[in-house]
Amino acid sequence: MALEIMEGSIAIAQAVRRCRPKVVAAYPITPQTHIVESLAEIVANDELDADYITVESEFSALSACVGAVASGARAYSATTSQGLALMFEVCFNMAGMRLPIVMTIANRAMGAPLSIWNDQQDSISLRDAGWLQFYAENNQEAVDLHYIGYRVAEDHRVLLPVMVCFDGFILSHTYEPVDMLGQEEVDDYLPPFVPKYRLDAAAPVSMGMYATPDYYLEFRYENDLAQKRAIDVVREAGQEFGERFGRDYSALIESYRMEDAETAIVAMGSICGTTKDAIDEMRSEGKKVGLVRIRCFRPFPAEDLRAALGHVSRIAVLDKNVSLGAGGTTARGAVGLEVRDALYGSSIPVLDYIIALGGRDVRIDDIKDVVAACEAGDGDRFFGLRTEVL
Amino acid sequence: MAIDKGCELFDCGHRACGGCGASLAARLLLKAAGPETIVVSSTGCMEVFSTPYPETAWKVPWIHSLFENAAAVASGIEAALKIQGRKEKVVVIAGDGATFDIGMLCISGAFERGHDITYICYDNEAYMNTGIQRSGATPYDASTTTSPAGKVSTGNRRPKKDMPRILAAHGAPYVATASVAYPADFMQKVEKAINTPGPSYVQVHAPCCTGWGFDGSKTIAIGKLAIETGLWVNYEMVDGEVTKVKRVVRKPVEEYLQEQKRFRHLFKPVTLTAEIAKIQAIADANAARYGIDIKLPPRSGAEAA
Repeated sequence: MALEIMEGSIAIAQAVRRCRPKVVAAYPITPQTHIVESLAEIVANDELDADYITVESEFSALSACVGAVASGARAYSATTSQGLALMFEVCFNMAGMRLPIVMTIANRAMGAPLSIWNDQQDSISLRDAGWLQFYAENNQEAVDLHYIGYRVAEDHRVLLPVMVCFDGFILSHTYEPVDMLGQEEVDDYLPPFVPKYRLDAAAPVSMGMYATPDYYLEFRYENDLAQKRAIDVVREAGQEFGERFGRDYSALIESYRMEDAETAIVAMGSICGTTKDAIDEMRSEGKKVGLVRIRCFRPFPAEDLRAALGHVSRIAVLDKNVSLGAGGTTARGAVGLEVRDALYGSSIPVLDYIIALGGRDVRIDDIKDVVAACEAGDGDRFFGLRTEVL
Repeated sequence: MAIDKGCELFDCGHRACGGCGASLAARLLLKAAGPETIVVSSTGCMEVFSTPYPETAWKVPWIHSLFENAAAVASGIEAALKIQGRKEKVVVIAGDGATFDIGMLCISGAFERGHDITYICYDNEAYMNTGIQRSGATPYDASTTTSPAGKVSTGNRRPKKDMPRILAAHGAPYVATASVAYPADFMQKVEKAINTPGPSYVQVHAPCCTGWGFDGSKTIAIGKLAIETGLWVNYEMVDGEVTKVKRVVRKPVEEYLQEQKRFRHLFKPVTLTAEIAKIQAIADANAARYGIDIKLPPRSGAEAA
C-alpha cells in the first residue's frame, strides 16, 4: 500500500479514472469543481479513454448520463447543492429506469440564503429518489466507495444509481494521505460494465415507457426491492474489497467504542472524525460514550442500527440537515427521523441535534456539549445557535 | 422513392388519433432513417400513444427519459456510441413544446457542442398531450385552452418563435422545415439531416386534427393549405444559408384558417377582417423573406396584344 498525500477532489478524480467511465458529463459548481477540472485534464492527457461532455447545466449532465448508460457505457458525474436540485427530475428518472451510475456529491447547503459551505441537506433531500447513498468519513473512504459504488450499482441484482457523498470543502479541499490502488487492482475488482439491456440496433428495446395504474405500483415495488437486495450486495462488495485491499466495508454502519456505551452518538460523514476524537477524550474522562456512524443511508440499515443501539440508555443524533416543519414544536433532521423509525417500540430516547449547517464549524467541545445536553434530556433542537444575531 | 428504405419500423396498432400528423411523421422518419437508428423521444403525445407499457410501436431502439431533456439524452448516447465505435445514428423526435419551450436549454447546449445528432421536431403548434395549451410554436390568433378566444381576446397573441433560425444561429450545418403533407420531401430532408455530420434540425409541420379542429381525413389537405397560403414555408438551410424553398402559387390565408376550429372565432359570429389581415401579413412576410411566390406568366391574350 502506497499512501499519497492528495487533495480530496483530486483523489476522487483519480479514483474515477481507475473506474474507466466511458462518458463523463458534468457542470461546474463549488465545491465540486476540482473533481471535474481534474477529470478534464485526465481526459485531455489521454489518461482516460472517455468522452467528456461539457454540458450547459447539471440537468443536462445527468440527462446525458441517462443516454450514455442506456447505451451500455459506464458514466460518471459529480455535483452538489443547487446542481443536485436542478437534477431532481433526472434523479428519479434514472433510478426508475434502473440505470446504474456513480455520482459524487461534494455535500453543500441549499439556498436560500446562498451558501457554498458544507452540510448534507442536498443529498438528504433526495433520499426518496431511489438512489443508493453512501456517506464518507474521510477521503480514503470516499475514494474506495467509488470502486464499491460501481460494483454495487451495476450488479444485476441492483441496477440502481449511487451517490457517493463526501463533505464539501471539509473533505473535498483537504489534503489527506490516500491509498489510490493500482489500475490492475481496480480492474480485477471492478469488471467492465455489462448492461442487462442497452440501446442497440441489433436487438431493439424500448426504454422509459409510460405505465398506467395497472403497472406503476409494481414498478415502484421492484425499485424498492432492488434497494433491499442492495443491502447484501453492498456487504458482499465491501467484504471482497476488504479481502483484497485490507479495508473492510462489509458493514453499512460503523460502531466506534460502543461496547459498554450508555450514550450513543449517531452521525454521518466527516463530523464522525471529530466525534471519535471527542469520544476518546470523554472515555478518558470516564464517560461511556460511543458512536454509530451510518455509511450507507440508502438502503437504510435499520436492523443493523437496532442491533448496534439496543443496549444504550440514550441516543444523540447529529443531523447536518433539517426537515423543516417536522417534529411538531421540536426540530428534526432526516437521520434522526430514520433512527427513531428504526428503534420504534424501544424505550431508548432519541434526541436530535441540527448541527453544522452551512459550514458552521464543529469542534470537539461541541460534541461534548451535545452529549451533556443529551444526558440532561435536552435535544430535538438546533445546536450552536448564535442567539445574538437572531 | 430511393429515400424510402422500404421498411416499416413504426408499427401499426399504436394509439394515436385517426389522422394524426405526428404519427405519420414518425412512420416517414423511420422509413427514411432505416433500422440503424436510435430514437430519443420527449414526453408528449407521440411518447404516450406509441409506448403504453408493455406495448411499443418502435421497432428500432427507443428511449424516453423526460419532457425537456431529449437533446441531452441524445448527447450522451452519441458520446457513448462514439467511444464504443458504434455506427448507429441518433435521432430525436420531440414535439414543439418540448423543443421550442421547455427543452430549449438542452437543445441549445447540444447544438452548441456539435453532437452528431438529428433533431426532428414534430410541430403541431401547441401542447396537445395535455389538452391543447399554447406553446411558443402556436401561431398568431390560434385559440387554445390557454389562449382562448374571448370577448377581449382573438386567441394567441404572439407569432411563432423562429426555432429553425435560432438553431441555424448555433452553427447547425443543416436546418430544414418540412410537412407531413409532402412525405417525399420530408424523408429526403431526414436523410440529408442524418447524413450531415454534426447537429441537424428538421421541423416538420404535423397537423393535429384533435387540437386544431378538423376532420381526421383532412390532415394532408390542411398541411398542403398551410404551404399554399405561405403560413408554413418548406425550406432548407445549409450552413446558415437558405438553399432550397418550396415555391407556390399562393392562396389567401382564409382558405387555411376557415378549415380549422382553432381559427373559427375569426369568422364567427362576425368576420374579424383586421385580424385576418394581420395573418395575411405574416404570410406575405414569409413569402417575401423566402421568395416562395411563383409568378404566373401573363395570359396569352395579353401577350398577343
